[in-house]
Amino acid sequence: MKTHPIKLVTIVVEPVLEYRLTSEIRELGATGFTVTEGRGAGTRGGSRGTDEPGTNVRIEALVPEDVADRIVDHLARHYFQDYSIIAYVADVDVVRTRKFAAPHSTAAIGGD
Amino acid sequence: MTDLLRANLLSPIPLAFALGIVARLLRSEFSLPKDIYTGLSIYLLFALGLKGGVELAHTGFAAIALPAAATIALGCITPVTAYLALRRLGKFSTSDAAAIAAHYGSVSAVTFIAAQQFVAAQGLTVEGFMPTLLTLLESPGIHIALAIGAVQRAKVAAREAAPAMAMQVAGVTAGGAAVLGGGGGGLALGGAPAAPNAAPGGPAGAAGHAGHGSLRETLREVLTARTMVLLVGGLIVGYLMGEKGWEQTKPFFDAPFKGALTLFILEMGVVAGARLGDLKKVGPFLLGFAVLMPVAHGALGVLLGHWAGLSVAGCTVLATMAASASYIAAPPAVRVQLPEANPTYYLTASLAMTFPFNILFGIPIYFKLAQLMAGA
Repeated sequence: MKTHPIKLVTIVVEPVLEYRLTSEIRELGATGFTVTEGRGAGTRGGSRGTDEPGTNVRIEALVPEDVADRIVDHLARHYFQDYSIIAYVADVDVVRTRKFAAPHSTAAIGGD
Repeated sequence: MTDLLRANLLSPIPLAFALGIVARLLRSEFSLPKDIYTGLSIYLLFALGLKGGVELAHTGFAAIALPAAATIALGCITPVTAYLALRRLGKFSTSDAAAIAAHYGSVSAVTFIAAQQFVAAQGLTVEGFMPTLLTLLESPGIHIALAIGAVQRAKVAAREAAPAMAMQVAGVTAGGAAVLGGGGGGLALGGAPAAPNAAPGGPAGAAGHAGHGSLRETLREVLTARTMVLLVGGLIVGYLMGEKGWEQTKPFFDAPFKGALTLFILEMGVVAGARLGDLKKVGPFLLGFAVLMPVAHGALGVLLGHWAGLSVAGCTVLATMAASASYIAAPPAVRVQLPEANPTYYLTASLAMTFPFNILFGIPIYFKLAQLMAGA
């Protein structure tokens, strides 16, 4: 089956930001996302700002490259300094790129 | 007084709390499953609201007017005194001082329940409208402290930056004022859904409410938080269903209440115990603050409660509310509004210091103060 390259953006962040970030990445062009709860620790110790130290959430979204850039840029500018947060972008392949491209996006190419 | 303290320390709540702390210090793997912890807190808050609502139905508006005014006054005074003490005496940054003040201006529902149990154990009957007062005290403190933080930060920004910053400063200050108004206003449960005003996909749209979370978002978060929905919702349901409804639901919501509370407090001991290690990080000032500020706020609560005509039991519970520090409603609101404030400070002070202090020693002290005040 023919597949097309797309970006997987993964954000691991303290739970207090879950609703804010999921709404913001949609505004930035993500058509959907998946959230999973987890535990862990990093350079700031366990995730801070919660009554349960060490809890965090992982937010994943499949997006075109330009949207991935905007999301990472946005996170770096507004959240990296003060919050327990990491974000990374990976190359993945999907069958239906159109499903992951917002209507306005120029990256909406490929079959459905 | 020592008899009072001993009687308190040997009652179920402090004992269960101590067991939780010890279990944690021994590195026991014990802790309540998260869902049970959440379930118990829902049960406790809703039961509290229901019972309060039923009793509210017997209370005239006149009886509650003065105590409500005293409560709102406490909600406005305590965040300011806490902020000034932290900023002037403790030399904390504006953000850290405002963040901690938001916790001490708000209220801990569990500490409130513990105070109610304490006065009941003394054989006293407390005014039925106390849960209503609890809901009044929850949010003003958080909003006032956050507004102080926003205004102070704007001032600092104005001093440091060129006049080009003026517009932004005005924006932040106006936002702070709006929140002050919102805190004192009605309990708009649910609130209006956030307007999707940002253009979809527009980077500017998302950037618009980033940085420091929108004040409206915080207001919505505080008002729709579990505590407020269950307490205010429970009050309304209890008020409407009355004694008849209470008789039907009582077997579930009344008799097991103390047992459920004891189990919940056990878990609170574990949670507080997990934070004890952080006590070393917060410095001696904050440790002293976390004990002395509650006593000062408690004394103020006794005074205002006495003026408002509350009984000794009512004064004790109101004082405990004023003395307690929020650790459920305030942390997420503060984390979003004042991200640069260090969570270790406010969580450790409220959860590992003030909460245990009030449970173990504070409540009997406020009771004694209330007795002295009544006798004076």
